[in-house]
Amino acid sequence: MTAPMPVRPPEPPEKPPPVTGPAAGPAPEQRRPSRLLAPLHETGKLFALAVAVARAIFRRPFQVREFIEQFWFVASVTILPAALVSIPFGAVIALQVGSLTQQLGAQSFTGGASVLAVIQQASPIIVALLISGAAGSAICADLGSRKIREELDAMEVMGVSPIQRLVVPRVLATMLVAVLLNGLISVVGTLGGYFFNVIMQDGTPGAYLASFSALAQLPDLYISELKALIFGFIAGIVAAYRGLNPRGGPKGVGDAVNQSVVITFMLLFFVNMVLTAIYLQIVPAKGS
Amino acid sequence: MGIEVVVEGLTKSFGKQNIWQDVSLTLPAGEVSVMLGPSGTGKTVFLKSIIGLLKPEQGRVLINGVDMVNSSERDIMETRKLFGLMFQDGALFGSMSLFDNIAFPLREHTRKKESEIRRIVMERIDVVGLLGAEGKLPGEISGGMRKRAGLARALVLDPQIILCDEPDSGLDPVRTAYLSQLLIDLNAQIDATMLIVTHNLDIAATVPDNMGMLFCRNLVTFGPREVLLTSDTPVVSQFLAGRREGPIGMSEEKDAATLAAEQLVDTAPLHTGPRTVVPQLEPSPGMPVRQGALRRRERVMSMMGQLPEAARTAILDSYTPAAGGARA
Repeated sequence: MTAPMPVRPPEPPEKPPPVTGPAAGPAPEQRRPSRLLAPLHETGKLFALAVAVARAIFRRPFQVREFIEQFWFVASVTILPAALVSIPFGAVIALQVGSLTQQLGAQSFTGGASVLAVIQQASPIIVALLISGAAGSAICADLGSRKIREELDAMEVMGVSPIQRLVVPRVLATMLVAVLLNGLISVVGTLGGYFFNVIMQDGTPGAYLASFSALAQLPDLYISELKALIFGFIAGIVAAYRGLNPRGGPKGVGDAVNQSVVITFMLLFFVNMVLTAIYLQIVPAKGS
Repeated sequence: MGIEVVVEGLTKSFGKQNIWQDVSLTLPAGEVSVMLGPSGTGKTVFLKSIIGLLKPEQGRVLINGVDMVNSSERDIMETRKLFGLMFQDGALFGSMSLFDNIAFPLREHTRKKESEIRRIVMERIDVVGLLGAEGKLPGEISGGMRKRAGLARALVLDPQIILCDEPDSGLDPVRTAYLSQLLIDLNAQIDATMLIVTHNLDIAATVPDNMGMLFCRNLVTFGPREVLLTSDTPVVSQFLAGRREGPIGMSEEKDAATLAAEQLVDTAPLHTGPRTVVPQLEPSPGMPVRQGALRRRERVMSMMGQLPEAARTAILDSYTPAAGGARA
């Protein structure tokens, strides 16, 4: 057999320890995006996720069970606060508009004006706040903790796309809940407005109701629901995006939840402004 | 029969930090391979790259003609159904019981009836010795149990390729030995290609047909187990002996000064002569013959000419009838 050989042959030249550190190998050329463009990078990834989710919505099999569970969860955390918030909100608008119209001598239009304000603006905004604050944060925390525990990796390894399995049902659930919640808030807010206007400010019920049809029209309701639908989608996507990309450890998940709520708020208010501007341009006000 | 995994010129970096470069190897179909390497050499990254979870910058991983690096997401998802991956800490779904966790792939990918799912899952739970714990949540069991549950989940779809990420960590030596035997028995039963990433020397010495080692951003070697076990490359021999003297330092590699100082001290060789090669584990009695082992024998015999002397004798020894005890 072979001669006994020293366990550690004294021939360093054979495989010299690469003391040069990172410079040892030809480091692959990396395009370093500049710091200024970093936000664009994130935005791009957010849009990519939105597109991926939109495409996965139509891919079978649809996760019915997960969808129902998520729908129920989102609805259960938002319904009560929504109803409770919308009553004072409707009341504030009714009181404010009521006193303004009183000064202007247009008291008979109080109803129409406050309904417009509630349905077109207040209601979608309340939906936005609740969906992103209550549902979005929960979704983001859920996905984020699954991500850091490698559950999402495990799912992907088993050939199950986390986007299709987890994100799509959540986004659809937030969208549907947002639309329904918007209807609820519109009704409760309008009733609240009616109550405060008629009881507190001695408005006439007949004039209040008659001004509905004088100023408000059906497209006002459509845009309101459309806003809610879009808000639900954005809130779901942003929460999922931040949840899928937490930065390191449990602390990262906390940060991600925080960011997801803040980002959603800013996005939703901005989108609301754009949608309102477009709506006012293309839909003529009633009676004009 | 298992599927061959061909890795070509794989290079992976995180930002500026290069993990490993130009890794090329072939996991022969139906054989058990082990990837060794000190902690932090990117063994887990390698595993995740094979299955397409991480995307290396260069190179490709071919499985059934699908490139797990560059192919379309749909093809990759489809190919992943051939895989079973056992994560380092199990990666079980925290909100599901063990039973539901193990049944998850079946429910997602097959249209089996619930009664049949139950039968298959209970069978796998029995194999990994978790009977009675199937109703528990992952948070309620020990790390070793989580690991075994992760293995059961990886096995439930009868995968063609099984990847194990440190199957031994968190297990006691006895359980590790059982697990080694379990992996060999599994290989005999379903003839799957297996890759085990570990730094456990017992597993490395007894389980695999083939061994490779990652060190210092490179694949040091990959080949029949005897090649590595008899190798006198400093890195390999240091690692296999578990010594401090050698190129491997506390953090990745030592610098030249430390290494030179060490050589001045001139440690007497701890033992001389070629290391003995421990015989490989055989499937338990009653198990079928490992088809992978038969194929390997032919393959190794045909490449005999290219192997180093020490490896050649070790292989010939292991294939003579009185295998194991024949060494003088």
